[in-house]
Amino acid sequence: MSALHIKKGATKHSAYNLRPNFSDTQERHTITVLVENEPGVLARVIGLFAGRGYNIDSLTVAEVDHTGHLSRITIVTTGTPQVIEQIKAQLGRIVPVHEVTDLTVAGPFVERELAILKVVGDGEKRVEALRLADIFRAKVVDSTLHSFMFELTGAPDKIDAFADLMRPLGLTKIARTGVAALLRGE
Amino acid sequence: MTREMTGAKMIVQALRDQGVDTVFGYPGGAVLPIYDEIFLQNDIRHILVRHEQGAVHAAEGYARSTGKPGVVIVTSGPGATNAVTGLTDALLDSIPLVVLTGQVPTFMIGSDAFQEADTVGITRPCTKHNWLVKDTDKLSSTIHEGFHVATSGRPGPVLIDVPKDVQFATGTYQPPKPSASHYQPIVKGDMEEITELVAAIETAKRPVFYTGGGVINSGPAASQLLRELVEATGFPITSTLMGLGAYPASGKQWLGMLGMHGLYEANMAMHGCDLMINIGARFDDRITGRIDAFSPKSIKAHIDIDPSSINKVIKTDIPIVGDVAHVLEDILKVWKSRGRKVNHEAIAKWQGQVEEWRSVKCLTYATSETTIKPQYALERLEALTKDRNRYITTEVGQHQMWAAQFLGFEDPNRWMTSGGLGTMGYGTPASIGVQIAHPDALVINVAGEASWLMNMQEMGTATQYNLPVKQFILNNERLGMVRQWQELLHGERYSQSWSEALPDFVKLAEAFGAKGILCTDPKDLDDAIMEMLDYDGPVIFDCLVEKHENCFPMIPSGKAHNEMLLGQAETQGVIQSSGAVLV
Repeated sequence: MSALHIKKGATKHSAYNLRPNFSDTQERHTITVLVENEPGVLARVIGLFAGRGYNIDSLTVAEVDHTGHLSRITIVTTGTPQVIEQIKAQLGRIVPVHEVTDLTVAGPFVERELAILKVVGDGEKRVEALRLADIFRAKVVDSTLHSFMFELTGAPDKIDAFADLMRPLGLTKIARTGVAALLRGE
Repeated sequence: MTREMTGAKMIVQALRDQGVDTVFGYPGGAVLPIYDEIFLQNDIRHILVRHEQGAVHAAEGYARSTGKPGVVIVTSGPGATNAVTGLTDALLDSIPLVVLTGQVPTFMIGSDAFQEADTVGITRPCTKHNWLVKDTDKLSSTIHEGFHVATSGRPGPVLIDVPKDVQFATGTYQPPKPSASHYQPIVKGDMEEITELVAAIETAKRPVFYTGGGVINSGPAASQLLRELVEATGFPITSTLMGLGAYPASGKQWLGMLGMHGLYEANMAMHGCDLMINIGARFDDRITGRIDAFSPKSIKAHIDIDPSSINKVIKTDIPIVGDVAHVLEDILKVWKSRGRKVNHEAIAKWQGQVEEWRSVKCLTYATSETTIKPQYALERLEALTKDRNRYITTEVGQHQMWAAQFLGFEDPNRWMTSGGLGTMGYGTPASIGVQIAHPDALVINVAGEASWLMNMQEMGTATQYNLPVKQFILNNERLGMVRQWQELLHGERYSQSWSEALPDFVKLAEAFGAKGILCTDPKDLDDAIMEMLDYDGPVIFDCLVEKHENCFPMIPSGKAHNEMLLGQAETQGVIQSSGAVLV
């Protein structure tokens, strides 16, 4: 299964270390899965997580190669090292999966999420919201006399921080895309 | 060469080009165009079953006894949902199947049409892969890809859902060609790991081979290479339920089956070994017992074509991802080139220890002059059939375990049983599939009366095609394994585990047009079995056996391999757990 790079994967030299190094600590891993964009492929991935009891903290999917009909699914998941290894191996078994990469293991990576937040308020609160938005480099994408809609891109914890600050200032609604991520470097 | 033809014709042509000679199926509204094409040709034989579950199990029997993929055609809706148990069974036991289902026309999908079901949705978790084909031009290439996926890597069932309008429409037929899909599982193992395993083989003092269904799925070459390696090293070998026959039961190093109802010597060897070489098995919970006490002192090597099997349950020291035959070939090559070394002195001592365990004779049971003991029935069946060209299928339960313990398998592909899913009702249709593939062979379904009733309608199939399948029913008028667990674990409260209102099996056989034989006395057993064997046609053999026999040895749930209950097969009363536990 090319998806798992087995030539390397079966040995201790790979990111997919099949040699056990298990502990009970819960780890957060960002995994990207390149899949053939055929009907039902997302259901296969989600069904795998549901059926085998794995966690999905965040999941994004979109076609990234329109000619090759390939989609990239980015999954953030939490589990013990053994569970994480199982998740990758089980993903690799799905027939339309081309490639499974554990970014958390493979090296430094960029992780971004987009959020849209609606903040309703007047007076000082409204000014404060705008000032904080500037600090976080959030963009105002819609405004009324009593509300702002902010667009913010960043790592999930940055979005969490911004949302926490907006809550006392009148945050009413938030929509998040989930994480998209790629390895740094060439 | 490409040709224009209807989707229905394409299906038949694709099956023909894939070398399919037999399909198992049941017609219905959404597959009528396919059945029309089947009617118009003579290359592919269609076996009409009595229930779609039977079609899938029959195809499994066909596949397991031939090594070729089994093919099934069923209709939409209930046809597809009835196939689900068979698909799941094939998925768990890694049996290659190609199942074609009819579907309502594409323009009616989603409208809750008559006999519409979301077949690809329902079967997604119980197939290796599935497809809904909405374009006739893609139908033939999808079928070819289906055969590729079902048979490569770890085999499994695939399902292709074909709407009725796609069957009627005309498209271009693509003949099979080497698969261009990205799905190309790696078959060669990593040489570095293989060399490490060879080094472990050279120094091991207490090694054991633990083999499974992967050896059989890998093909006859794998069994041949395994035998060579076992003979050359002198290491003892045990096998899972799924792997019986890969190494001959008459072989000197054979320990018998391991696991929950495995042999004492096999489980003790697993517990005490210092090198465990897992070849094509998956550390199933029926094998390992208590995980944290599983073979505590051994280095574990694991050869498996499925990377997800490695480290799933048991931590592996030497993981080798690859096809069993390829890996065994490389192991032998490297081991021979390094001088065929083993630690002879330690191995001899280890063999002595194994002989000591063997002398416990864990399969001993209390014999009876008046009642047929199920073990005795199987011993006689073995004695009277072992020299024949014999194939065995089973249902699920005590009889299945006794069959695995008391019947000897000299070759692979001779033993068809539902291992992973444990599907009662598997054996009868499976025996039909095996007999279709091997018309001149002796095919016996070792059954319990409760399991057997689950798919007994397939006797109609047996008589229609005059298949001389022998249904050897060990009738204890109980759900024996359920009863055993209730006795041991639930204070002898036998909740719903009696088979009440059983049919008269002899009359039932006659009603189906088969021969019925009733045997109640151990003295008549040999003659009755001979009568069954001599009859040229399907037989239902109702063998009334001891009603309260328990299956031993047994590793109770949550116990380790060295905590087996040997139970001296006392047929009445409670097992005194403190006395029966053997440390």
